[in-house]
Amino acid sequence: MKIYVPLDSAAKALGADEVAETIRQEAAQRGLTIELIRNGSRGMIWLEPLVEIDAGEGRKAFGNVTPENVSALLDGTLEGLGAVEDIPFFARQTRLTFARCGIIDPLDLDDYEAHGGLAGLRKALSMTGEEIISQVTDSGLRGRGGAGFPTGIKWNTVLGAAAEQKYIVCNADEGDSGTFADRMIMEGDPFTLIEGMIIAGVGVGATKGYVYLRSEYPDAINIMNKAVNIAQQKGLLGDDVLGSGKAFDMEIRVGAGAYVCGEETSLLNSLEGKRGVVRAKPPLPALEGFLGKPTVVNNVISLATVPVIFEKGAQHYANFGLGRSKGTMPIQIAGNVKHGGLFETAFGMPLGELVNEIAGGTASGRPVKAVQVGGPLGAYMPLSKFDTPFGYEEFDGQGGLIGHAGIVVFDDTTDMLKMARFAMEFCAVESCGKCTPCRIGSVRGVETIDRIERGDSSAIPILTDLCETMKDGSLCALGGFTPFPVMSALTHFPNDFATIKEAAE
Amino acid sequence: MKNLQSAPADNEIGVLIDQHLESEGPMLPILHSIQSAFGYVPEDAVPLIADALNISKAEVHGVISFYHDFREAPAGRHVVKICRAEACQAMGANTLADETLAKLGLDWHGTTINGAVTIEPVYCLGLCACAPAAMVDDKVVGRVDTAKMATLLKEAGA
Ligand SMILES: Cc1cc2nc3c(=O)[nH]c(=O)nc-3n(C[C@H](O)[C@H](O)[C@H](O)COP(=O)(O)O)c2cc1C
Ligand code: SF4
Ligand code: FES
Ligand code: FES
Repeated sequence: MKIYVPLDSAAKALGADEVAETIRQEAAQRGLTIELIRNGSRGMIWLEPLVEIDAGEGRKAFGNVTPENVSALLDGTLEGLGAVEDIPFFARQTRLTFARCGIIDPLDLDDYEAHGGLAGLRKALSMTGEEIISQVTDSGLRGRGGAGFPTGIKWNTVLGAAAEQKYIVCNADEGDSGTFADRMIMEGDPFTLIEGMIIAGVGVGATKGYVYLRSEYPDAINIMNKAVNIAQQKGLLGDDVLGSGKAFDMEIRVGAGAYVCGEETSLLNSLEGKRGVVRAKPPLPALEGFLGKPTVVNNVISLATVPVIFEKGAQHYANFGLGRSKGTMPIQIAGNVKHGGLFETAFGMPLGELVNEIAGGTASGRPVKAVQVGGPLGAYMPLSKFDTPFGYEEFDGQGGLIGHAGIVVFDDTTDMLKMARFAMEFCAVESCGKCTPCRIGSVRGVETIDRIERGDSSAIPILTDLCETMKDGSLCALGGFTPFPVMSALTHFPNDFATIKEAAE
Repeated sequence: MKNLQSAPADNEIGVLIDQHLESEGPMLPILHSIQSAFGYVPEDAVPLIADALNISKAEVHGVISFYHDFREAPAGRHVVKICRAEACQAMGANTLADETLAKLGLDWHGTTINGAVTIEPVYCLGLCACAPAAMVDDKVVGRVDTAKMATLLKEAGA
């Protein structure tokens, strides 16, 4: 009998380790032979710890397992959920990037291969750099880190740059609130990321890769380090990747708690050992990146999606999606929701459907007030924008952004003035300090919002002007996009900024 | 962990520095190693790092002070990080944080008088679908309410 208990941080945060330990003890006491597998998460976080049992008739799921109901679980008297694939939240997904996550043992390379792993790399190893890059271009893959820049174009620039050393840098800084797709794939299917980085390296002619992984993710750091070691031992990484004669090796580097280090040039400075200050562009990192050498900087999900593109073909991937948003996106549903978790689907689903149907509305049972999409620099979307389809251009057209595809739901008890204030405060805490509008403007922003809260309506136009200054005078999106959450809160929820106190006077 | 009160010897620090000198961009790995060994980055480490990397002491200080993670003085025996970011706020993180700090009589970054616990803010732990989230040293905790926090603090000796 195989028993799967996720090792994903979210599952652990809800008691998965204790459940696994109890299962081990109970099974031993009963003289039951079990194979306990610590898998990744299937992404239905509200059901974690979600345990699966395979007694020979396929995997059967049990949600919210606690040490107390392990006994019933092993007796076969615990009420289950049936097959994961039949749970509506899961059944409605199109899993390409996350196809293996939660199914395999994350650190079992054979299991990985048995589920389609390395097929993409094998194909790529028989191609030229140009062929590899045209596959990526044809797939329509765009950067999943936020900006949505076409990955093929970026790789092509690095391919075209002549240098004795080039690098692949994976951006695993995942600082946006409401996002955890990078973490989940690194914990649940780390070889996918490694395979994607190797394909990138072989494609552009880079032999060395780094994953810049945030320190807030100790479990992901641990698993990625183990996966890299295994890949090195098995000849997947090293001087002769899978016997191809091509070299690629990589290392995991740990960040140090700075949000701005998710910005690619700040990240490169940090990786070099400097203060994580943003660099002016040009030069592009693709031409002068890590240590001044041509460097691909890509988000975890961008890179982890590359293997399935090669495995199934660029066209297969590009057939999913909407307009210029091709393929699938692992949407992360978080905050005040009934069904929080990771939902991978083709681009195009309207925001309202994601919130009301997939997420099942709020956890509190109260009406939804606003949804912040795309992390702390994303706009607060009101209900009136719920028909916006999930796509880069579609959100942009509504004054929003999809960013790394986190959606955070708030109920009607939320004070949007407080959320606007927090956006400014966050910018002030995390600013790299290079631009005055960002560094000082955000501090002024907090003060100005405090004045509005005290009933001073003359501060509202000051806030609007300040946001304009930040938009125009900031080098990167931290200072440049903080106005989005602030202004969307002000525009769509004017009552929260209303001068109620003024009226009372 | 070592006794945090005794200043580490230069040769102990030197060993930690040396093991990273072959790396490209060794600074952060060095600082992480030192902090994980001693719980903070001692002032004595600064000239040693500067020497080894052939940069000025001011530059080393500049790097240490830029990052939220690095401490220039020891923290409490346990560090409790409470997420303050949006998804956790949507689930009551502000109240949780305010209550916790009030109960301990601390501000953010403060340490209990008995030296057991330091409370730090953190901006997202990737546990946004089981908010509010916290981390005690390296252990993650989700759906933290007042009762769960009280248990965590008690276990940590606050
Ligand atoms: C303040 C700031 C924070 C960012 N944080 C991240 C991050 O955590 N992860 C990420 O992949 N990209 C982040 N980005 C975007 C990166 O600068 C960059 O666009 C991305 O890593 C490129 O990879 P992609 O093309 O695969 O998306 C951030 C940008 C800014 C301005
Ligand atoms: S906008 Fe802010 S974070 Fe970005 S470069 Fe300027 S000061 Fe740094
Ligand atoms: S670019 Fe000059 S102050 Fe920001
Ligand atoms: S916002 Fe708190 S864990 Fe992500």
